[in-house]
Amino acid sequence: MFVKAENLSYVYGSGRLSFRALNNINLQIDEGEFYGIIGHTGSGKSTFIQHINGLIKVEKNYGKLTVGEFDLTDKKCDFKKLRSKVGMVFQYPEYQLFAETVFDDIAFGLKNFCPEMKEEERLVAVKEAMESVGLNYEKYKDVSPFDLSGGQKRRVAIAGVIVTKPEVLILDEPVAGLDPEGKRDFTALLHTLKSKFVKTIIIVSHDMDFVAENCTKVAVFSHGEIIAEGTPKQVFAKEEVQNSGLGLPLTSFVTDQLKEAGIDIDCDLTTSDFIEKVAETLQERGDRA
Amino acid sequence: MPLAKLENVTFSYDKKINVIKDVSLQIEKGEYVAVIGKNGSGKSTLAKLLNALLIPDKGSVTVDEYSSANKKQLFEIRKRVGVVFQNPDNQIVASIVEDDVAFGPENLGIPRKEIGERIDYALNAVGMQEYRHSSPMHLSGGQKQRIAIAGVLALKPEILVLDESTAMLDPKGRKEVLDTVRELNAVHGVTVITITHYMDEILDADRVIVMQNGKIAMEGTPRRIFSEKEKIKKLGLELPLAMRISEELISRGLPLKEGILTREDLAEELCSLKRKI
Repeated sequence: MFVKAENLSYVYGSGRLSFRALNNINLQIDEGEFYGIIGHTGSGKSTFIQHINGLIKVEKNYGKLTVGEFDLTDKKCDFKKLRSKVGMVFQYPEYQLFAETVFDDIAFGLKNFCPEMKEEERLVAVKEAMESVGLNYEKYKDVSPFDLSGGQKRRVAIAGVIVTKPEVLILDEPVAGLDPEGKRDFTALLHTLKSKFVKTIIIVSHDMDFVAENCTKVAVFSHGEIIAEGTPKQVFAKEEVQNSGLGLPLTSFVTDQLKEAGIDIDCDLTTSDFIEKVAETLQERGDRA
Repeated sequence: MPLAKLENVTFSYDKKINVIKDVSLQIEKGEYVAVIGKNGSGKSTLAKLLNALLIPDKGSVTVDEYSSANKKQLFEIRKRVGVVFQNPDNQIVASIVEDDVAFGPENLGIPRKEIGERIDYALNAVGMQEYRHSSPMHLSGGQKQRIAIAGVLALKPEILVLDESTAMLDPKGRKEVLDTVRELNAVHGVTVITITHYMDEILDADRVIVMQNGKIAMEGTPRRIFSEKEKIKKLGLELPLAMRISEELISRGLPLKEGILTREDLAEELCSLKRKI
């Protein structure tokens, strides 16, 4: 399922107090991407992602938004079905758990989206969802989510979203507030989800190193507009992005400095490729000398 | 004499599991101390013990000459140790910036004129004077957090404790807060204790304390802490990215110096390598 925004705009409030959060956004996110969305607080990122699963509806004459077979501008759009196909995990999702047991929390979305589902089927779906996020079903199903660690809670929250088998998973700052180990585990989990359970991942992040390391493509939001879009390499090379105050990934910062010193490192900004190319280039120079 | 002292402190929330176990620690005036450790290692509890929000089950916490074991002295300790927490939205109480900053001193019964001076000092120190009459609602996360810091500074604390105060901020907000804190420490002489998960935030600290399971597992300068690579990994932490990359490059045969911590170091070292060759 692709996501396609055409001249999408959104205005909060009206009259003197109105605020234009999105201004003529044009963006296509193809199926299979691990898509990063970056930008300062208030740049329009959240407003945009909330459009994708219809939490914010496209206003008349404010552009067009299509997600796979769903035309969100169409009055007849089946939002319920859309939301089971586009899962949304908000910031600090561990604070949004509410049920008495892990099972009930995860099954909640299922009950709402698929009320016709039989008890046995529901059980299988919850079990699958738990296992896909690395939580043992027997061990945790009857545990109170509030007795779990922060990282585990976050896994429960994600299981509650992927239980409806969405094709697109949107996450707002999924690794914020986790310790380094938690962050590493969680990043690995996102890649597992991407390879086995969902087709597209869209991530809002403030961590440029994370974006350079993991995202296939990036869009940079600023004041409700997209100022750059493309691979991390293309995006972080742009002057507008360099001057945006968002900061650069380490790999991009160092390759820029090397370039100024007359050494071209042509890498995709992941650390592994960076190490490969730097070692190769500088070694080669040594050999020649 | 150290400014704050923990002696053999043990603490439990439920009287069953000790989350702080026999910890002794001294904080000197003017120091910049970073506390790191996995989630659940006891970092935040340590902060709350320091400003007497929590009282140790065993051992003692003293700030200046005041002890948190003495109920009558709790207020003296809280005046001296100010804590800024993670979520800026939970820490703003008033609808105008200057009222928010004045909230603490007003509660202490400080005369009106002096409160005015303290607001000037605090807003100035965090670089937010021009927002004095604004509504905090319309500020960015980084600005709100600076207001929260100003609210603490207005109490003229000896120690400023930041408990993951940059975790919810965007890169610009994070930088604003970090720059503010560095300046408070360097220019205004405020003693700073910062609790963080960002390994690059601890590089400026005079001393790093690594917590594990309610105990101090390591203590020393950032450079020394990160020189014990294996131990850091075992504690569930990680080396700064620049260090991880430079290690890998060294193992690929590039003659880089040991102990590269920052991206600036790494860039400089790689550029100089080219010159050498």
